[in-house]
Amino acid sequence: MNKQILATSLAALTLATSQVAMAARDYISVVGSSTVYPFTTTVAERFSRATQFKTPVVESTGTGGGMKLFCQGVGESTADVTGASRRIKQSELEMCKGNGVDVVEVQIGYDGIVLANAKKATPFKLTRKDIFLALAKEVPNPNGSETLVANPYKTWKDVNPALPNTKIEVLGPPPTSGTRDAFAELAMEGGCKKFGWIKAMKKKDKSAYKAICHNVREDGAYVEAGENDNLIVNKLVANPNALGIFGFSFLDQNADKVQGSLIEDQAPTFDSIADQSYPVSRPLFIYVKKAHADVVPGIKQFLAEFTNERAWGDEGYLADKGMIPLPTEKRQKIATDVRKMNALSNLAAK
Amino acid sequence: MTNLTQTQVRERIEKNLASRHRTEKLFRGLGIASIAFGVLAVVILFSDIIGKGSGAFMQASIQLEVHYDTEVLGIDQVDDESLTWANFSGVIRQALRERFPSVTGRSDKRELYTLVSSGAPFTLRDRLAENPELLGKSEVVWFAADDDVDTFIKSLKDSKEGFRGRTSDQKAGWIEQLLETGELKKRFNTIFFTNGDSREPEQAGIRAALMGSLFTLLVTLALSFPIGVAAAIYLEEYAPKNRWTDLIEVNINNLAAVPSIVFGLLGLAIFINFFELPRSAPLVGGLVLTLMTLPTIIISSRAALKAVPPSIREAAMGMGASRMQVVFHHVLPLAMPGMLTGAIIGMAQALGETAPLLMIGMVAFIVDVPGGVTDPATVLPVQIFLWADSPERAFVERTSAAIMVLLSVLILMNASAVMLRKKLERRW
Repeated sequence: MNKQILATSLAALTLATSQVAMAARDYISVVGSSTVYPFTTTVAERFSRATQFKTPVVESTGTGGGMKLFCQGVGESTADVTGASRRIKQSELEMCKGNGVDVVEVQIGYDGIVLANAKKATPFKLTRKDIFLALAKEVPNPNGSETLVANPYKTWKDVNPALPNTKIEVLGPPPTSGTRDAFAELAMEGGCKKFGWIKAMKKKDKSAYKAICHNVREDGAYVEAGENDNLIVNKLVANPNALGIFGFSFLDQNADKVQGSLIEDQAPTFDSIADQSYPVSRPLFIYVKKAHADVVPGIKQFLAEFTNERAWGDEGYLADKGMIPLPTEKRQKIATDVRKMNALSNLAAK
Repeated sequence: MTNLTQTQVRERIEKNLASRHRTEKLFRGLGIASIAFGVLAVVILFSDIIGKGSGAFMQASIQLEVHYDTEVLGIDQVDDESLTWANFSGVIRQALRERFPSVTGRSDKRELYTLVSSGAPFTLRDRLAENPELLGKSEVVWFAADDDVDTFIKSLKDSKEGFRGRTSDQKAGWIEQLLETGELKKRFNTIFFTNGDSREPEQAGIRAALMGSLFTLLVTLALSFPIGVAAAIYLEEYAPKNRWTDLIEVNINNLAAVPSIVFGLLGLAIFINFFELPRSAPLVGGLVLTLMTLPTIIISSRAALKAVPPSIREAAMGMGASRMQVVFHHVLPLAMPGMLTGAIIGMAQALGETAPLLMIGMVAFIVDVPGGVTDPATVLPVQIFLWADSPERAFVERTSAAIMVLLSVLILMNASAVMLRKKLERRW
């Protein structure tokens, strides 16, 4: 009996490996950010239904992890496309080039990051400066001198007398998340820059400037609540005093449970993010491997679907999924650029 | 030591008898309390999952009378090519306009069209492909409603108002109208069992993940059981007891406790980067999970072999059987129930694993149901993870429903382990 099992399993294995040797990849492989994942998968699904190509396989690896897989090299076992919730870094671009990978950059839209609380609580009216003062690890000395002290603020009222007298408690993603990076860059740095002497540091000592503006306090006021945004929404409902940080699409889908805080007097709505008046929004990108465009079937058509008005347009299906479209002229320009498949040479080009 | 009289002894015993009884009772009470706590936790977990997930087995559907108009479809015969280009959404839009003739404005019409799922045209395409004679005729078809509609009518039960979310007053009016006439109702959700993943909750199913799990487990079982049993037999029956075998034993025990993500990293480096096997394939997933389950199977197989009394071996040897005959004719059949139990528990563990699969690309969006071990696939726990992370409200109940499916597969596997053991077990 045992011999039989052994023989069949050996046969199965050899059969399987011979299959592998024969099959060249006939589907598109997409990796990357979990924020871009809902949009890439939507396009992948529609694309495969509208054409004869197989459905692209979309992995959710995170922006950084996706870049690593994507820049590994050229060939069947590497990804064709990666999604990013921030722009590619210079170091990543160099890693790509070092491995002979030419990348084509496509900006696909915006994503708003919201600070929300439970519907039954009063909505917050914040400025980026309030956010920085409430959440930074070190803040300018409240006595007005140009020195830093460990964040002394306990309640929102301490930060800004106009805010309610409740404890500062913010649930947000961990440092590995792209949402956290974007939040630090857009909301906290935005508030940090309001202090003239910190802003002046940017020229002199960029890394010290970044450390001041991006470091989040670790004394319990900021709670790392994991990558799952649904979980944060549920925790907010259970705890009306807390604020949560997550992507706009989760606010959109849970409008009965949570409400977005006003930032610089702008409520996070579809329109305010689209016209850039809501300050905390970030661009979303996909990066395509140029060398694969003619080898793996369907890449060009997939890009054409992505940059089609019915997908990323003002009333396209990606907007239904919560992605904020780019302005019309910008869309037209990117769509023409994509057809040319111009590789990204350096980041200053933009 | 002084000699104690009997009464003195009795006195001493009686003095702390009550306290000994008390501690006995306390201990028993503690045992019952911990079991009660465990049961309570299970009940809360299950009632939460079932309460959230049972809704997913019913799906709001809309009944429409569609007319397969050759003009609207833009085709005059049914074949593969014409089916690809035919305008099925035009037919559905026409049916919706006929149902609500009062809707005229452009944006109102757009809103009307969002009542049915964006997958509806494909339902219609499949129907026409199966029954080509329907071309030019009319029929009544049930379409899956959009997930916003589904969430809305399911929430009507809890509160009078229901969760409007993105549903406007006008749309809610249409929905109520359809509900009253019975053209909109909840029907059994077959899509959930026949489809792969989808971004539209009403079209998402677990079939692809279930098949992916099945293929992965097949590969794992086919490799880990024979290898594990062979290793256990050698170590238990043949290997000399020396420093080397001790070292191997310590290592096997250690490997059983290594975090599973480590096996994923190993799989990425060896199977994908070195052997160039495809990413996202159940073959690689199975290989990685084999590495993970091997220690469990070896340890339990060795325990099963150890439990076979030495008298059996000695008797067989005494009858002149060779060592191999002793093992395969006598020891192995007796140890089989224990080995199978170990294998099934190892498989159940592998079924619930996600961490090692992240590295080898099985945490992925898979729409096409895999047909073999090299097709891209994902597994059930990954599907649960991906749905739990999705913003769409309707995925919440689908997440719980998928957990229910995973749990029932696990219960089935563990029950069969118990059954096998009962059936094959022999006592001395």
